[in-house]
Amino acid sequence: MKRFAQLMELLALTPSRNRKIAALTEYFRTTPDPDRGLALAVLTGALTFRNVKPALLKETVLAEVDPHLFALSYDYVGDLGETIALIWPHHGGTEELPRLSDLIELFNTTSKHELPALIASLLTRAQVNERWALVKLATGALRIGLSARLAKTALAEMSGKDLQQIEEIWHGITPPYTELFAWLEDKGEAPLIAHTARFHPLMLSNAIDEEKDLASLDPRDFAAEWKWDGIRVQLVMGQGGISLFSRTGDEIGEAFPDIVEEVFGEAVLDGELLVGHAFDPLPFNDLQQRLNRKVALPKHLKEYPAFIRVYDILFDGDEDVRPLMWRERRERLEAWLARNPQTRLDLSEVIPFADWQELAAIRRRGADENGHEGVMLKLKASPYVPGRPKGLWFKWKRDPNVVDAVLMYAQRGHGKRSSFYSDYTFGVWAGNEIVPIGKAYFGFTDEELKQLDRWIRANTIGSFGPVREVRKELVFEVAFDSAQLSGRHKSGVALRFPRINRIRWDKPAGEAGTLEDVRALVPAT
Amino acid sequence: MNAMTLIDRNLHIRAIDTYVDPTVPRARAIITHGHSDHARSGHGAVLATADTIAVMKTRYGEDCAGSFQAVAFGESVVIDDVTITLHPAGHILGSAQVLIEHKGQRVVVTGDYKRLPDATAQPFELIKCDLLVTEATFGLPVFQHPDPKAETARLLRSVEANAERAHLIGAYPLGKAQRVIRLLRDAGYDAPIYLHGAMVRLCELYEERGVALGDLRLVMETSKAELAGKLAVGPPSALKDVWSRRLPDPVLAMASGWMSVKQRARQSGVELPLIISDHADWNELGETIAETGAGTVWVTHGREDALVYYCRKQGLNAEPLNIQGFEDDGGEGEE
Repeated sequence: MKRFAQLMELLALTPSRNRKIAALTEYFRTTPDPDRGLALAVLTGALTFRNVKPALLKETVLAEVDPHLFALSYDYVGDLGETIALIWPHHGGTEELPRLSDLIELFNTTSKHELPALIASLLTRAQVNERWALVKLATGALRIGLSARLAKTALAEMSGKDLQQIEEIWHGITPPYTELFAWLEDKGEAPLIAHTARFHPLMLSNAIDEEKDLASLDPRDFAAEWKWDGIRVQLVMGQGGISLFSRTGDEIGEAFPDIVEEVFGEAVLDGELLVGHAFDPLPFNDLQQRLNRKVALPKHLKEYPAFIRVYDILFDGDEDVRPLMWRERRERLEAWLARNPQTRLDLSEVIPFADWQELAAIRRRGADENGHEGVMLKLKASPYVPGRPKGLWFKWKRDPNVVDAVLMYAQRGHGKRSSFYSDYTFGVWAGNEIVPIGKAYFGFTDEELKQLDRWIRANTIGSFGPVREVRKELVFEVAFDSAQLSGRHKSGVALRFPRINRIRWDKPAGEAGTLEDVRALVPAT
Repeated sequence: MNAMTLIDRNLHIRAIDTYVDPTVPRARAIITHGHSDHARSGHGAVLATADTIAVMKTRYGEDCAGSFQAVAFGESVVIDDVTITLHPAGHILGSAQVLIEHKGQRVVVTGDYKRLPDATAQPFELIKCDLLVTEATFGLPVFQHPDPKAETARLLRSVEANAERAHLIGAYPLGKAQRVIRLLRDAGYDAPIYLHGAMVRLCELYEERGVALGDLRLVMETSKAELAGKLAVGPPSALKDVWSRRLPDPVLAMASGWMSVKQRARQSGVELPLIISDHADWNELGETIAETGAGTVWVTHGREDALVYYCRKQGLNAEPLNIQGFEDDGGEGEE
């Protein structure tokens, strides 16, 4: 555990990507199985404990620490795990903590009602930095600025194997990854994974630079599709069953039984998950009701049935068609859907256009009339390349809407921004009062964040827990992708993807926008 | 007159019209120590320890107050029927607590203090009193400072492990910088330590006043290649300054009590946080309050809420002071 704690601390504090990779590589090289594989699982978020939850840790701590002092401390530190590690009042560490694999075994085998006592004794035995790593391990919320991809990059570097190959194998293997390490160290074959059971890393697009890119690209080389406002998914169907993955490779099938139970055939498809009746997509707000739930509610299944608007095919049957060009894959996709007509899958249409001007006009009309987020451009001659390759796929987003809104409330951020008021609720005029229309926590520079933080501290008129109410005097120019009607907000509207475009230190609040301005931007349905 | 009327919430001793650590110019001031949230220029008559007066003159100029009266620790000054005595606070060189006595009533204003040993400051003395005005910089139970020797050892291990890189330690130029240098010396590190220009005058002052700091040189006068594997000390702002490019691929370290919060360290780009504090941590605050026997506690300079709550739970009268001109800036004030 000591070495793992040191690794965690180094990863959390070293800004240099290369040094993080070097530290990981060194750790994997010198740590025996199964500890290194378990560490890899912890770092990539592949390991969770059934009974060890943040709430349990908190309960353990609150048996020893005054709840009010804990709350004040948490508000200050901003990270639950770190608060617990720092506030734990008993320090008696002479006996070393168990090694990582034993610790994980303990977490998995200790009964729910004995866990608090186990955790208390471990916290007391731990040295300060171990205590921090221990809590991070137990809660699973690492927040050490390490992506799973970086961990895999370290595996590639330590072994000289191809990162792409590691990523492909990744979704078919489980901790402690003994066969993976054996293969990386040339002591065994690459783990064999059936393609039908695994996630295939997605091909992603780059934002288009209208001035630079459009001038140099030939419109005849590209196909255009609408950019659908749902969530990107990968549907894997084969002998092994049906899996639905999010863009990051998380299994989300259980939340969408309506899709998983009705689709059939053998293929790996790429598309956008949407909700709506008869393939008519409802606003993202409605889809949101179904996200972040482990299981679907019957009411939601009825009101917001899900479907996938498919735009690419990676495997046709068990044939890997990713090396084919987009136009060939498109033919395969259309043929596959014709052979396997579905109730929950439909085809994303290809938009015909002659030149960029025409497409620009289509894009604008689609945004205004149907609330489309923009269009996607795909090079017709491009294979399906995982990652974000340059020059193959582009997204051309609609121009954002903007509204001048007044800052109403501010809340302290978490993690890296824990000492700053960085989450802002803003509103617009409805008659003589200001009603909240949304919340944003990005779009400003670090320097602006400092200025905002100072302004908020100096202009607070009330506080409720972590929230400060401020004088209604500061105007933000808020950009957002679209506005939708919403019964959940007092103002009756909800903004999609709001961000702070500019801080209008100069503008008096009286000149901020009105609710009518925002309502006018809701697309007619 | 009872203890609560002897001094008011702006730390004004009414009977003798004298303020402790006033934040605006006053005719008469008692200064606990030289940090700028306690010592300001422009007062009429200043009473402080000789060390603190020397610090003030170094930082603000010879004529930063109308007149100075130096008082030794433990030496009482009687003004009308009020007796003032300064006792060591252990915070930095010359830092004092102020004991104010009047007709059997005793008030102690701690200024900033700590109780862990520090070779650069006169060691803290516990003073019994009726009313205690305590600081609360680290007034949350998450602050439990480790042994500074262990932190120094960690720093030296990192220096050893990174022979090709320099280590740049961000440390407040008054007090913290000298303490860190002295901790390194006491741990047996006798190689030259390289300074940012802003540290020089105060390091010289400490040396003049009897705190040996060993071989100190200037980063500005040293080549980049020579600084590999070496230690440099600069003000916290220097960590992000272009100045730091004079050092070869420096490991950025910061010596501060705030460094116990890793998210804080990350946020300021610190790779090697050193939890070395010149303030009492939560446990020391609680012990000190109990040991002074004070029935009333006023809390200032920091996270007042938590400490006031704690005191009240112990059955004490406790109030936060919101001293004008001293505002919580979120924490990273002078240390």
